[in-house]
Amino acid sequence: MIGSAAARSAGSGTAGSGTARTAGRRFGVVVLVGGALVPLVPLLVWAFAGQWRYPALVPQRMSLRGIGLLTDPRSEIPKALLTSTLIAVSVAVLAVVIGYPAGRAVGLYRFRGRRAVQFLLLAPVIVPGLASAVGLQVFFIRYGLADSATGVVLVQLIPTVPYAATVMAAAFANLDTDYERQARALGADPLRVLLFVTLPLMRPALLLAGLFAFLISWSEYVLTLLIGGGQVTTLPLLLFAAISSSDTTAAAALALLVIGPPLLLVLISGRLPATRSGAVIGLGRL
Amino acid sequence: MTATAITLTGLGKSFGMTDAVQDLSLELAAGSFTALLGPSGCGKSTTLSMLAGLTAPDRGDIHFDGASILDLPAERRPVGLVFQKPLLFPHLTVADNVGFGLRMRGMRSRDRARRVAEMLDRVQLGGLGERRVGELSGGQEQRVALARALVLEPDVLLLDEPFSQLDTTLRAQMRALLRRLHVDSGITTVFVTHDQGEAVEVADTIALMLAGTLAGHGTPESFYTRPETLAGARFFGVTNEITGRTRHGRFSAPGTAIDVSTDLPDGDAVLVIRPEMIQLEAQAGVVDGRRIGRVVGARFAGTHVSVDVELGHHRLRVHHPAGRPITIGQSIGVDLRQGAYTVFTTTGR
Repeated sequence: MIGSAAARSAGSGTAGSGTARTAGRRFGVVVLVGGALVPLVPLLVWAFAGQWRYPALVPQRMSLRGIGLLTDPRSEIPKALLTSTLIAVSVAVLAVVIGYPAGRAVGLYRFRGRRAVQFLLLAPVIVPGLASAVGLQVFFIRYGLADSATGVVLVQLIPTVPYAATVMAAAFANLDTDYERQARALGADPLRVLLFVTLPLMRPALLLAGLFAFLISWSEYVLTLLIGGGQVTTLPLLLFAAISSSDTTAAAALALLVIGPPLLLVLISGRLPATRSGAVIGLGRL
Repeated sequence: MTATAITLTGLGKSFGMTDAVQDLSLELAAGSFTALLGPSGCGKSTTLSMLAGLTAPDRGDIHFDGASILDLPAERRPVGLVFQKPLLFPHLTVADNVGFGLRMRGMRSRDRARRVAEMLDRVQLGGLGERRVGELSGGQEQRVALARALVLEPDVLLLDEPFSQLDTTLRAQMRALLRRLHVDSGITTVFVTHDQGEAVEVADTIALMLAGTLAGHGTPESFYTRPETLAGARFFGVTNEITGRTRHGRFSAPGTAIDVSTDLPDGDAVLVIRPEMIQLEAQAGVVDGRRIGRVVGARFAGTHVSVDVELGHHRLRVHHPAGRPITIGQSIGVDLRQGAYTVFTTTGR
């Protein structure tokens, strides 16, 4: 009797908490999205402000000067946008290619020293990039890689490869390698197994790893400055310059430009049909 | 198509300290359907994997029609392989899965489509080619896997517990389909299973593997009537083991009045007999030389009554025809059918 009463109340409780949970989840989403978007509001306002002096609540005069800067072919910004994009894409591709074997080894195989390799993979994340970059700068200069975009791409692999490898290791841990054995038995040599089976199965993880690497590279400042030596100008470098020159309108417009592409990428990647095979390797949708 | 004979000679594989397969020699006739039977961990899947070229043997050799295939990498061996899991590539349609091997061989897509459609018809999946693999049932998935292997017209078909994840009815249907495909194609087939009932039903010959070694090879019937090893007899459900001794060509077990001829050397031995091979005769009175036991338990089991009989200090399980009366406590004549038992030596074990 007591048991059935308890069960009944528990039953109604579940129904009640079900709606409460949905409401709670919605609230959480609103807070998260709001928290991410609210800081953008003053940025937006600043980007279009012509004159905005204390203590006015809104700018005294609006202007398109900030936006004009972004498209002005004489400014450094369009070129920096291109440089940033090229560097970030190169870094993303290279980080995935380099991180792939490491991710496979750590995710799939149990070998002596696996924990150590795992730790070493994460070491560049734990050790501040600046510290290792200062040491590396000497070598970059010696091998003529300093002050070049190539050097910047290479140095940015330090913070990105570990992330890429770790993301792929998690996916590899869920990969059923019997798919590869099956493909071999169907007449695919190892290279074709990779191209026609493993890479398609791993596609969600490859995209995710690449996305992470792109985002890290896109907002990288210290390493670019150190190895690029002012010769390689990316968007974050221009942004810092604008901030330190107290041109708030230019800084705000630039900040919007820096935020835009990653935001767009994340939004698109959430809707990619490419994630269909994600269930196989346990990643679900990106 | 002429079928391929398989010969394994002294095949061995170790993983670390464990010998998965030890000195396995086996001849599989061209066009035969062999069940590679054994409990899990007996080395049967490793053997299959070595046949497919996915595991390299440490010792021994494998010949197809007299030619060693050890130098051939997996992708160039003329074998079709179906695993326990369907392993359909999730990024491809059903038709692209079945056509995968043909594509690897460089067949043009129009020819491929025709062959794939034919093959899908043969496994009763005609018209499902454009489906995504996630939309199939378990039985359909395994039929696609079968079609994917057979469309390559391999010389040898290898199946690793292919139906063990399906329910009983579906499994029976799949076995029937597989039998039909085998009869049609005459392809030499090796079917790995741990289920002796399945092995008996699907295969023409059974190779029993226990602890990495061959424990018998013959027709399903021979495993019931003339088991080659005691372990093999046990695996096929012999429940009655009567321990005794052999001496001067006779096996006798103290207290049971069992005394039968044997060609084993003198020493410790055990007589095994299946429960359905013992006859109980309810005549009273001790006839000369007759073995008299006492009924200690009886349980109706559908097609028969499962009777426990005490004979000497042995307890025997007997399958007694249903409908013939039997009472617990009664004395009863125990007859071992001539030729229905086997004696194994246990000396030196």
